[in-house]
Amino acid sequence: MSNVSNYNLDFEKPLKELEKRIEEIRLFAEEKQIDMSEEIRRMEEKARSLKLEIFKNLTPWQKVQIARHPKRPTFLEYIELIFHGFIELHGDRLYRDDPALVGGLAYLEDIPVTIIGQQKGRDTKENIFRNFGMPHPEGYRKAIRLMKQAEKFGRPVITFVDVAGAFPGKEAEERGQGEAVAKAIMEMAGLKTPIIVVITGEGGSGGALAVGVGDRVLMLENAYYSVITPEGCASILWKDASKAEQAAEVLRLTAEDLVELQVVDEIIPEPLGGAHTAYEEMAANIKGSLLKNLYPLINDDLNTVLSMRYQKFRQLGRYLEE
Amino acid sequence: MKEINYDKDVFGLSDQQDEGGDKWVFKDLFRSKQKYVTIRQREVPDSSLHEPSKKEVPDGLWVKCDQCNQMIYHKDLVKNIKVCPKCQFHFRIGAWERINYLVDPGSFQELFATVTSDDPLKFPAYQEKLAKSKKATELEEGVVTGVGNIGGVSLALGVMDFGFIGGSMGSAIGEKLVRLFEYAAEHGLSVVTFSASGGARMYEGILSLMQMATTCQALNRLAEQALLYISVLTDPTTGGVFASFASQGDIVVAEPGALIGFAGARVIKQTTRQTLPAGFQKSEFLLEHGMIDLIINRKELRNTLARLLRYHQRRKRVINQ
Repeated sequence: MSNVSNYNLDFEKPLKELEKRIEEIRLFAEEKQIDMSEEIRRMEEKARSLKLEIFKNLTPWQKVQIARHPKRPTFLEYIELIFHGFIELHGDRLYRDDPALVGGLAYLEDIPVTIIGQQKGRDTKENIFRNFGMPHPEGYRKAIRLMKQAEKFGRPVITFVDVAGAFPGKEAEERGQGEAVAKAIMEMAGLKTPIIVVITGEGGSGGALAVGVGDRVLMLENAYYSVITPEGCASILWKDASKAEQAAEVLRLTAEDLVELQVVDEIIPEPLGGAHTAYEEMAANIKGSLLKNLYPLINDDLNTVLSMRYQKFRQLGRYLEE
Repeated sequence: MKEINYDKDVFGLSDQQDEGGDKWVFKDLFRSKQKYVTIRQREVPDSSLHEPSKKEVPDGLWVKCDQCNQMIYHKDLVKNIKVCPKCQFHFRIGAWERINYLVDPGSFQELFATVTSDDPLKFPAYQEKLAKSKKATELEEGVVTGVGNIGGVSLALGVMDFGFIGGSMGSAIGEKLVRLFEYAAEHGLSVVTFSASGGARMYEGILSLMQMATTCQALNRLAEQALLYISVLTDPTTGGVFASFASQGDIVVAEPGALIGFAGARVIKQTTRQTLPAGFQKSEFLLEHGMIDLIINRKELRNTLARLLRYHQRRKRVINQ
C-alpha cells in the first residue's frame, strides 16, 4: 500500500511540488508565529489554477495514466457508495468462481438491479487474488449467468467496465476465452431487460466489450476504451512500445472521442484531479447519471428498447459505399 | 483454375454415395443447378501461394511444403486445393479460390461488393495498407459475401481472405457480414462463414471493436428464426474474429492444423511466462478441449457442408396418421 499511496502522475509533479511548498510555509509560519496568510492564500490560488490548467487539458496518454491509477476507485468501492443491500452471487456453475469479475444483486435507490463488473485489486495481495481484474472465461460465463437471471426476473443490468483485457493465458485459452467473450456479447445484445454500461477505468478491447453491450454506454471523463492498448498499438505501428503516447493520440480512445464516434452516449464528469481524489463525489456523479438514464429505459416498452439497442450498435461502422 | 473439375478430380464425387445411405448421388445435385446465372466469376489470383516466399523455388513451378518440406509441383498443389498431397498440410487459400471450389459451379452471386473500407480515424499508414492489400489480393475488402449453392442447397456465404490486411475486421467487413446475416434472416437461408483473420483491424480503432458486437447481434436474428449458422475456422482465426461471430456457429468446423484462439502465443508468454504445449491453439487442441464440433480436411469440406446443410433444410411437416 505504501507504494500505492505515494504514486504520483508525472504531469502532476509541478502541482504536487507547489502543494508541498505551501504546506512547508504553513508549518514554518506556525512554528515562527509569523502571519503569512496572504502569501499562503496567493500560493493556494496559484495551485488551484495550475490544477485546473493541468486537468482541463489532459492529453489522451495522461488520461490513460489516470484510468490506470492504482488508487482509482474499483467496482467494490462504487458498489458501497452507489448501491445498497448488495448480495454477491458467485460462480459460473461450470468450472469455478472468478474473483476478477464480481456480480450480484443490489438496489439503486429503490430499484432492484443486477450489477456486474471487473474487480481490480487494491493492493498487491488482492491484485494477485483477483488476477489484476482480468477475467478468465469463467468470469464472463458468470456474467452471462447473472444476466440471464436478471432477464428472468425482469431486473435491469448495470455493468461497470474496468479491465486491461480478458486474461491471456494457457488455461484461459483451453477453457475458451474467445468463445466466452463472444457468447457474452451475443447474450447482452439480445438480453430482454435494460442494460446500462459504465466504463469507469480501462476499457480493454474484447475483455471490456464482453460486458459492454447496452442500451446506454456511459463513460467516466478520464476512462479510456480501445481496441488495443496504446503500448500494443505502438509496437505494431512503430515497433516501439515506448511510443505509447503517440499511439494514444491516434487511437481516439478518450471519452470525448468516443462520444464523437457515437460509441459512448454520455460522459460522467470526474472530480478535478481524477476519480481517485474524491471517491464520494465520483460515486455521486455516477449514481446521478445511472438514475437519469435508467428511469426512461424501465418505463419504455421492452421491444422498443431491444430494437433501439440493435440499431445503436448496427450503425457504428464507418465505411464507403459506391 | 477453371479447367479443374473439382467434382471428379478432387472430390471423386461422381460415383460416390453419401455414407448415411440415402440413395442420392452428388453429381445429380450439382447438375440440377446449372441454370443459375453467374453474376461474378473470375480467375483467381494465386497470391496466397507466394506467401511462404523463402521456401519457394524461383521459377514458381515447385513449392516446398511448410510442414513436410517436400517439393510439390505447383499445378498439383492447386489441383489439390492447396492441400499438400504428401502430408495433408493445408496452405492458406484466397477467398475466390475457396468459393470456386466450394459452391456448385455457376451458382455464386456476390452481394454487398460495393461496401469498402473508409479511413474514419485518419490512422497512420492505413490508406497505404489498404492500397497494398487491394493490389496484392485483387479484392476490394477482406471478405467476399454472397449467395450460392452447395450440393444443391442454397445458402448465404461469407469467405474471409487473410491476404487482405491479415483478414482483420474493420467496419466494412463487419457491415458486409451483418448485411449477409440480415439477408439470410430475411430470405430464410442457412449461413456459412469461413474465417481467416488475425482479429480486429487496429487501423479503425474502437469502430473495429464494435464490429464484434454488430456481427454477434445480427447472428441473434438468425437464431430467432431457427436458421442454421455454420462457422468454418481456417488458418488463422484469432482475436476479435474468433471472439465474436466465428466462435458462435450452431456448428463450428475447423480445417486441420489451423491456428485458432483469443490471445496470441507471444502475449501469453509475455504475460504469464508459461510454456505452451506443442500444438497449442491448433484445431486439434480446440477439438480436444471441446471448443469445436469437427475437423474436416479441405477436400472433404464441401461434402460435409452439403450433408450438414441438408440436415437443416426446411421441409413441410409430415403429419403422422
